[in-house]
Amino acid sequence: MSLSTTDTEPDERSAAAEPLTHGTLPASGPPLVLLGAIATGAVLWLLGWNPALSGIVAAVGYTAVVYVWSRAVEEARAARDRLITAVVSSAFLLAMLPLVSVLATVVSRGLARFDGEFFTHSMRGVVAEGGGVHHAIFGTLIITGLTTLISVPVGLLTAVYLVEYGRGRLARAITFFVDVMTGIPSIVAGLFAYALFVLFFGPGVRMGIAGAVALSVLMIPVVVRSAEEMLKLVPNELREASYALGVPKWRTILRIVLPTALAGIATGVTLAIARVIGETAPLLITVGITTSDNFNPFDGRMATLSVFSYYEYVSPGVPPEASLDRAWAAALVLILIVMALNLVARLISRLFAPKSA
Amino acid sequence: MPITTEPTGRQRTPQRLGDRVFSGASTGAGVLILAVLAGVAAFLLVEAWPAVTAPAEDMPGGEGVALYVWPLLFGTLLSALLALAIAAPLSVAIALFITQYAHRRVATTLGYVIDLLAAVPSIIFGLWGVSQLAPLTVDPTGWLAENLGFIPLFAGPASSTGRTMLTVALVLAIMILPINTAVVREAFRQTPRLHEEASWALGATRSEMIRMSVLPFGRSAIIGGSMLGLGRALGETMAVAMVLSTSGGVTFNLISNGNPSTIAANIALQFPESTGIKVNALIASGLVLFAVTLAVNMTARAVINRRREFSGAN
Amino acid sequence: MKRSTRSRILALSTAAVLSLSLAACGSSNESDDDNGGGGGGGESSLSGTLSGAGASSQDAAQQAWMAGFQEKNPDVTVNYDPIGSGGGREQFLAGGSDFGGTDAYLDEEEVAKATERCGELIEIPAYVSPIAVVFNLDGVEELNLKPGTIAQIFDQKITKWDDPAIAEDNPDVELPDTAISPVNRSDESGTTENFVEYLSATAGDDWPHEVSGDWPVSGGEAAQGTSGVVQAVTSGTGTIGYADASQAGDLGTVNVGVGEEFVGYSPEAAAKVVEVSERVEGRGEYDFAYDLARDTTEAGTYPIVLVSYAMACSTYEDEQTAELVQAYLGYMVSEDGQAAAAEAAGSAPLSDTLREQAEGAIEAISAG
Repeated sequence: MSLSTTDTEPDERSAAAEPLTHGTLPASGPPLVLLGAIATGAVLWLLGWNPALSGIVAAVGYTAVVYVWSRAVEEARAARDRLITAVVSSAFLLAMLPLVSVLATVVSRGLARFDGEFFTHSMRGVVAEGGGVHHAIFGTLIITGLTTLISVPVGLLTAVYLVEYGRGRLARAITFFVDVMTGIPSIVAGLFAYALFVLFFGPGVRMGIAGAVALSVLMIPVVVRSAEEMLKLVPNELREASYALGVPKWRTILRIVLPTALAGIATGVTLAIARVIGETAPLLITVGITTSDNFNPFDGRMATLSVFSYYEYVSPGVPPEASLDRAWAAALVLILIVMALNLVARLISRLFAPKSA
Repeated sequence: MPITTEPTGRQRTPQRLGDRVFSGASTGAGVLILAVLAGVAAFLLVEAWPAVTAPAEDMPGGEGVALYVWPLLFGTLLSALLALAIAAPLSVAIALFITQYAHRRVATTLGYVIDLLAAVPSIIFGLWGVSQLAPLTVDPTGWLAENLGFIPLFAGPASSTGRTMLTVALVLAIMILPINTAVVREAFRQTPRLHEEASWALGATRSEMIRMSVLPFGRSAIIGGSMLGLGRALGETMAVAMVLSTSGGVTFNLISNGNPSTIAANIALQFPESTGIKVNALIASGLVLFAVTLAVNMTARAVINRRREFSGAN
Repeated sequence: MKRSTRSRILALSTAAVLSLSLAACGSSNESDDDNGGGGGGGESSLSGTLSGAGASSQDAAQQAWMAGFQEKNPDVTVNYDPIGSGGGREQFLAGGSDFGGTDAYLDEEEVAKATERCGELIEIPAYVSPIAVVFNLDGVEELNLKPGTIAQIFDQKITKWDDPAIAEDNPDVELPDTAISPVNRSDESGTTENFVEYLSATAGDDWPHEVSGDWPVSGGEAAQGTSGVVQAVTSGTGTIGYADASQAGDLGTVNVGVGEEFVGYSPEAAAKVVEVSERVEGRGEYDFAYDLARDTTEAGTYPIVLVSYAMACSTYEDEQTAELVQAYLGYMVSEDGQAAAAEAAGSAPLSDTLREQAEGAIEAISAG
């Protein structure tokens, strides 16, 4: 790449006037400034400032102090390095604020109903307080499982086709239309799946598999895209080395390309599952809601965590607090399920990834 | 490399068959996607057609389907582009921080937390946006309206509940951050060590190394990730429906309570009570959203393809 | 790295399947041993699944009815999908649901379709609920407002809380000069339609807009669903909105001008409107559709109500569905059922006359 850019940039001070060595900031300097900035932000917040504003003030303050200090002590390039480090870290910390706030809100609101009953009971026969999401947890797992069963093979094979086999018109068409597919609004996917199932089962059909089909429409392109990116990152030398040893193409793909990219693909698949597991709109239309257990995805309505949570929020009973607590707790369960999935994905990528530096 | 080809006797004979089966299966998967998409497109066109041909006065608003969809399209684009403008730089910063700056163990944990956030369902972001974020924006937007009111974006009057386009853009930005970041981070992590070490060897500082080797390598992933995020922001339904006060027409004013709705949110809000031609009008708006995403993706592809090298260190 | 990839895949998937199948047992409140735990169960001969869909306004009440009904009939599962009135009507007419819920009674075309599907259409105003006009104004808990004033506030003609029109009816209240910020539903809804219908019927001069489920005035604060409106009114200052009364919570509420007096919302006052209203003429024997007397001057009536109907057929194709619908609707209109809904959703119980008529209609459900 363009290593020459630094050379062509004009030096601000002439070499003669510049000493050969520069001072450096003490190693603990910038972290201490950062701590100070965070403390200032926290104090401002406690003084009743808007938390977002306090965060921004702390971030800008930290960046400015580090840059000015470094500029005073160190050379220009080092100062610029410090500046970029400060910008990156404070942008990172700023971005983490809302994300952490979301998590903290869900956890603190969700814990109110994290009791035994919540996990072992369904909503059958429950009015106002009590009840649980046992039925919805399994509904979500079953429907998401089916979605994954449909989407991962199709998506992965398509990605393999695009990267390894695809040439010419068909490949270009598929690449293009996969992109188009990422743009299907989730509610349209739901309407489509519903219309498809109405063709076979008549109006008013509600079943888990219809929801899985709707979610697959959303999930497949995400799998293709991320798998494609990851397969592309596999160095060509690996493939060529394999071919040179006389290994057929399909075995090269199965034994060399896929394992090399597996860690990335597993992350991609987990992300894709995460993308669809919390989908509400398509499941509202295709799967509906029930208060009772139904673990058969081919017959009738099933409860899912997202739809359950949505309905608890939009049509709460009297008093509304009981419903809202259930809504938050269901959302927390959803996040925990994804967390578990993430662990599995990590386990898979650790087990299967080739050992390399 | 630990991968070894196991010497099996059968290797030579099934070579062609295996290849044929494998390429057949992967081609089939690709074609299946085309078929599904054709199905969706056919569904959209068939259902949207009555709205296009219907007399203008039958449309909600009474002025035909184009004028019905236009404010929605405007709102969709405005919210999604704003969200992207906020999220794209931040996601690059987060990815850089995780891959280049943070201690390895810290980085793993952070990556993990961010992956988790990608899974937070949109209604949670909606609930959070309404109950936590919106109230926080009330005072700052009031200040903006008072002091920067001459800029059309902040014309005001500021909303007293904070359920504004600005809040929605922030919520959407936060929603797409994890997805953006995940894609960019994976790519940054794959930066060839040789490139990095070459930079170090030339005496580059960390920021120079990043500029010279990490960013160029990850550029297509940055665009790809942004497009994934933009796609999600354009199609986001529940969070927008819950947060946005949708009672205005086309306006750039980000901080008042009269905002244009977005296509996806409008479908979610109006669909349950709609019958007949109004359903067709909603699906027609869905078709427009579909077309917009198509255009966005075409642009992104064009940008990525311009620098399409088969990656690796060669 | 000796173990082959295949065996590792095998091990992982076995583990996954095992853990799923181990955990996939029923909810503890649904397992056979303690079914109908509340007592009173076990005598019912009914079994099967009954599916309904429709208005989300009566969802809370349906939850209560389902719970009560399933306790009496432990082998029955009732589902109600709150997909909205429009969707509910469409699905019911297409034969996609066994019964339906709708905030607006069926129009003639729809009645014709219903007759085609199921003989005589049964339509019962099973859920009557007051709509409260709620506001958030420091130090003010109740306000008296005439229909015309309410209409002008929501039409954004009256923009300050200390407007003379408001002050005139509230001599004892100290009104601040805060700006009024009206909040409306952003989704199309039966609540909006009923509220707008009320404004149009009682204050036609001040409310020049057409009646529909879509809010006609732009530029106000718009929020999704009853909970969204309540949330927006609560978090803003000087806000005013309309919402299902059961969700009004601690917000200030408006006493509505009826004739010469001002009436606060209550289930009884809401039920009274239905009593003084006329049944729509020229419809079937079992079709209890009402044109509500919004402009009534009868003392003690609260005219801003939402009436949500239950729809059913008088003839079903199979015996089991007919029996289930009959039993479930019977429970809905029974005193028990109405009391359960009143407790869970704050609705107004049906009057005795109406209940008797409705029971007659439900009696007629049969298979054929």
